[in-house]
Amino acid sequence: MSSNAQKSGFGATVWDYITSVDHKKIAILYLMSGGLFFLIGGIEAMMIRIQLMKAGNDFLSAGTYNEVMTMHGTTMIFLAAMPLLLGFMNAIMPLQIGARDVAFPFLNSLGFWLFFFGGIFLNLSWFLGGAPDAGWTNYASLALASESHGIDFYALGLTISGFGTLISGINFLVTIINMRAPGMTYMRMPLFTWTTFVASALILLAFPPLTIAIFFMVFDRLFGSHFFDVAAGGNTIIWEHLFWIFGHPEVYILILPAFGIFSEIFAIFSRKRLFGYTALVFATILIGFYGFMVWAHHMFTVGLGPTANAIFALATMIIAVPTGVKIFNWLLTIWGGSVSFATPMLYAVGFIPSFVAGGVTGVMQAMAPLDYQLHDSYFIVAHFHYVIVGGVVLAIFAATHLYWPKMFGTMLSEKLGKVTFWLFFIGFHLTFFIQHFLGLMGMPRRVYTFGADQGWDLFNAISSAGAVFMALGVIIMLVNVVLTTVKNERVGNDPWGDGRTLEWAIPSPPPFYNFAQTPLVRGLDTYWIEKMEGNKEGMIYAEPLGDIHMPNNSFLPVVMSFGLFVASFGALYHPDDLPWTIPVIVLGLLITFGSMLLRSLKDDLGFHIHKEDLIKDREGVKTDGH
Amino acid sequence: MINGLKKWRLFTLMAALIFFLAGCGREEISTLIPAGGVAQDQFNLLLLSSAVMLFVIIVVTIVYVLAITKFRRSKLGDEMIPEQVEGSAKLEFLWTAIPIVLIIIIAIPTVYQTFDLADTRTMDVEAEDGSMTNLTVNVVAKLYWWEFEYPEQGIVTAQELVVPTDQRVYFNVVSADVKHSFWIPSIGGKIDANPENTNTFYLTFDQESSELEDGVFYGKCAELCGPSHALMDFKVKTMNAEDFEQWVTAMQEEPTSPSDELAQTGEQLFTEKTCIGCHATSGVGTTGGVGPNLATFGDRNRVAGILEHNEENLKAWIQDPQQFKPGNQMPDPSSYNNGEPLTEQELDALAAYLMSLSVEQ
Repeated sequence: MSSNAQKSGFGATVWDYITSVDHKKIAILYLMSGGLFFLIGGIEAMMIRIQLMKAGNDFLSAGTYNEVMTMHGTTMIFLAAMPLLLGFMNAIMPLQIGARDVAFPFLNSLGFWLFFFGGIFLNLSWFLGGAPDAGWTNYASLALASESHGIDFYALGLTISGFGTLISGINFLVTIINMRAPGMTYMRMPLFTWTTFVASALILLAFPPLTIAIFFMVFDRLFGSHFFDVAAGGNTIIWEHLFWIFGHPEVYILILPAFGIFSEIFAIFSRKRLFGYTALVFATILIGFYGFMVWAHHMFTVGLGPTANAIFALATMIIAVPTGVKIFNWLLTIWGGSVSFATPMLYAVGFIPSFVAGGVTGVMQAMAPLDYQLHDSYFIVAHFHYVIVGGVVLAIFAATHLYWPKMFGTMLSEKLGKVTFWLFFIGFHLTFFIQHFLGLMGMPRRVYTFGADQGWDLFNAISSAGAVFMALGVIIMLVNVVLTTVKNERVGNDPWGDGRTLEWAIPSPPPFYNFAQTPLVRGLDTYWIEKMEGNKEGMIYAEPLGDIHMPNNSFLPVVMSFGLFVASFGALYHPDDLPWTIPVIVLGLLITFGSMLLRSLKDDLGFHIHKEDLIKDREGVKTDGH
Repeated sequence: MINGLKKWRLFTLMAALIFFLAGCGREEISTLIPAGGVAQDQFNLLLLSSAVMLFVIIVVTIVYVLAITKFRRSKLGDEMIPEQVEGSAKLEFLWTAIPIVLIIIIAIPTVYQTFDLADTRTMDVEAEDGSMTNLTVNVVAKLYWWEFEYPEQGIVTAQELVVPTDQRVYFNVVSADVKHSFWIPSIGGKIDANPENTNTFYLTFDQESSELEDGVFYGKCAELCGPSHALMDFKVKTMNAEDFEQWVTAMQEEPTSPSDELAQTGEQLFTEKTCIGCHATSGVGTTGGVGPNLATFGDRNRVAGILEHNEENLKAWIQDPQQFKPGNQMPDPSSYNNGEPLTEQELDALAAYLMSLSVEQ
């Protein structure tokens, strides 16, 4: 623990976090802002379920419902699920590979602040004339017809936060390729690092198509171009292709890290090496690879013709194979182990049936002719909530419990954790299982109301009741976080007792330089190997104790991101013929490019932690850590 | 005791049955009660895939339940260190090969059906007398209503699709504004109404809609298209070929003026208040109506696709269309009536006239 952080007051701590380039602090920023957006998206979800609780309800008007529904999807995908996962990647991945930080700490901070300002910009739409209302998929014909500035908030906000995500993805790729500790070969990397690696590659390849689509949208709406304007010879199907070329890999960007988290959990809480590690790695790569070849299964009803539909149907079905391989390898990891049902393991065990249910309905929808019935009905709503909530959200909750001690040095209450799990798990199935049948009974998705004569009343009421349980679960989790923080009972290096990978070999939370000496990795589950051989240190070292070079904190990432935030307001109001819009765009870009110039011209060589300080620090940690 | 158990069993059985029946939804709209060949094919695919998936779920469940019950730490003791197994090539092969076989089982009918449902070769086949062997309907989706043109018959209608049973009906589907999607759940899967191109597909209708409780099948817009997306409903009337011929003939005739005095006043008002500028009242015509064609209004099942079909709802709709379908294109009376709402008498007359528009009597 850095000694000056302990002494400083609240303001100094905030400043320290805002300017930090430390991956562990940036992870906490991601967790806090992702958590905030998760709560906002959750409130939006509750509004949806209140509106659909009974036939002909008038809790929300038609237009407001569309805004709430659009923002629920957009917020949950871009501003909650992704940043929360990026947070865990940031917190854990460098520790797992024995690195002192990510490859580009400054860019890491920039990535966060771009995401943060993009998310704030998008949510400001609620107060500035209306939120986007064309669905999170923002299909072009409706998006161009939408009259408020909501769609512009969507397009510009996602552009900014998309830059942030892309930067993070590149950063993680470089980190994993270059910064692994000696002996940490690719096939010794923990599964969570592997999935971070593949998800980052997907980010690198999938975000540019989205950026292009959104650029077209911005130019169509704000600067008079006609990419999607059918009357002027444009084509709206192009949006659908570009969006889904991004959108399908996006699903895997979310689910692969979730797979990684669960892989860690199964191994730790079964006290057993991952069964079929190699198969799990190759399944991850295959899923990532196939993820780019199936986007048109979101477009079976567009009219692409039977050849395209048949090809994309078959390609989609193939993905079930590597996914099935993963499920069975996890089951066989449990098999023959010594299973402890701590809260993270409860989530992992709850994940398997939930995700299998989501997976099989996915294969059903891959059957193009059947999908003509299921597409855009409540069946698909049920399906993607089964994979996103049953996969990604359960993984995020599991990781919160699993890594909380590593990130904050305290243990979340197991009792409250289990209450949250059961409430959330039961609520989740109650809410979404029945929606499969609503879809089969003919209920289209994205409807703000339904008539009492359609036969959908009972199931919608049940679904809304389930949502209450989910909300209660989340509230108890928040209580858990507050109580744990107040109690502040410190824990040691390996609080779960069965940690296997490097992050459990160092203090919780780790010192800001992570490893005083870079570890030498002797195999998969390196900490487990050392433990089994009776090594009290938990690792062996690849280098003698020496000075460590660290980067300086910087406020520039905030300024750069803020500049784009300002410029976006200028762009947004540009079509309204206001005199100040162009100057505001110029001002914003000047702020951004000016701070980039400053960064380029000013030498920032960082600082060194001296050997003597490391020795002092280590002794200090030893006395209060054990 | 035994008796009580039996009663309890009967009760749960009944509950399960009620749940199952409720789970199928209404026959007017449920994909689980197919009333057309296409929906039947798709339902069969649903059954096949459900069976295959059930098999997968059962296998996973068995391994899963055994794994999490047999290997609890509470049973094995806290000190036990399990053997660190690396994996098994045999098992990996097994759970790669079996899913591939399962996928082949569902892939074959998938590919077959994909091509079969897109087969429009018989669409433009002419019979010996030069008429088309199959009915074609041009569907135009508009913010929040549907227009149905029968090009060969030279007629057009709106909001209620009328089709013959037991033959293929081809549809050319297009949108006049934003993207919509044309879906009659109990008859067959949907196809998108794109603004830039016409999609063609076919459906068959196996059941006469007069047998249904509500007398019509329910059609839906399945693609988000704005505030009233949820209300963009249409209805489908199916009848045997003979009745359909009669309906077509009646549609092709010029409408006669109503005999009722109030309705006659309504007819005059319909012209004076410029309603006729957007709404045609003759079934003869092509697509391109600004508002829905009203030639069959008296025969309809709903007002505006959503409200119960009575004069009261009709009058309320005319007086304030935005209240019922936010964002729809129908003007408020004040915009064509010198800034005033319509009087009760005017509304009565208009309603009487519109209800008299019928081709089925």
